[in-house]
Amino acid sequence: MASDQHKSYESRVATTTLTLAAWTGTWVATCAVLAFGPKFLWAENTAITLAAVALNVLVGVAMVIANKKHIASLDEMHKRITLEAMGITLGVGLIVSVPYSLMDAYDLIAFDAEIAHLVAIMGITYLASTIWRVWSFR
Amino acid sequence: MKNRLKVLRAERDWTQAQLAEALQVSRQTVNAIEKGKFDPSLPLAFRAARLFNMPIEQIFNDDEVISVDDSERG
Repeated sequence: MASDQHKSYESRVATTTLTLAAWTGTWVATCAVLAFGPKFLWAENTAITLAAVALNVLVGVAMVIANKKHIASLDEMHKRITLEAMGITLGVGLIVSVPYSLMDAYDLIAFDAEIAHLVAIMGITYLASTIWRVWSFR
Repeated sequence: MKNRLKVLRAERDWTQAQLAEALQVSRQTVNAIEKGKFDPSLPLAFRAARLFNMPIEQIFNDDEVISVDDSERG
């Protein structure tokens, strides 16, 4: 930790960003294994599927810890940008997902409300919010 | 909040990147503070004061005039 304090801000953020990217990539890979593995890799063997679920959750926890460390490494303006983007994403995720799910329940939409749609909405919202706030501070 | 960060930096012939490194923040943050788009926290303002070796109020000053109501003075 002491050596971290002597690193420049840019190199500290670069390190935590790379670590977060690595864990995020690994988590996405475990999601893919969990989604397609039971059908294409291990013929729906329950024990292997449960092991894949456990691996996915463990890597997910590591990704969350890496994200927390990444945010902690940011300076105060970038922390604020991240906080606002996360707040907007949480709000949009909530106000979109509840009516979207109910519309599916009452057959008001022609397709099933998939969790992937919510993940996509949250991702796009977070990206757009971050770009907007970074732009506004320029 | 207004500040003299840009002037003080120019007097020392520092780039935004050099000032950012000295303050342990990003260059974008230094730029936003100089333009008055982002107000620094008290710890960051103190770091700037120590770096330029001058009181905080000679670097940063509030735009708002604070009026103290006589009745609140006790």
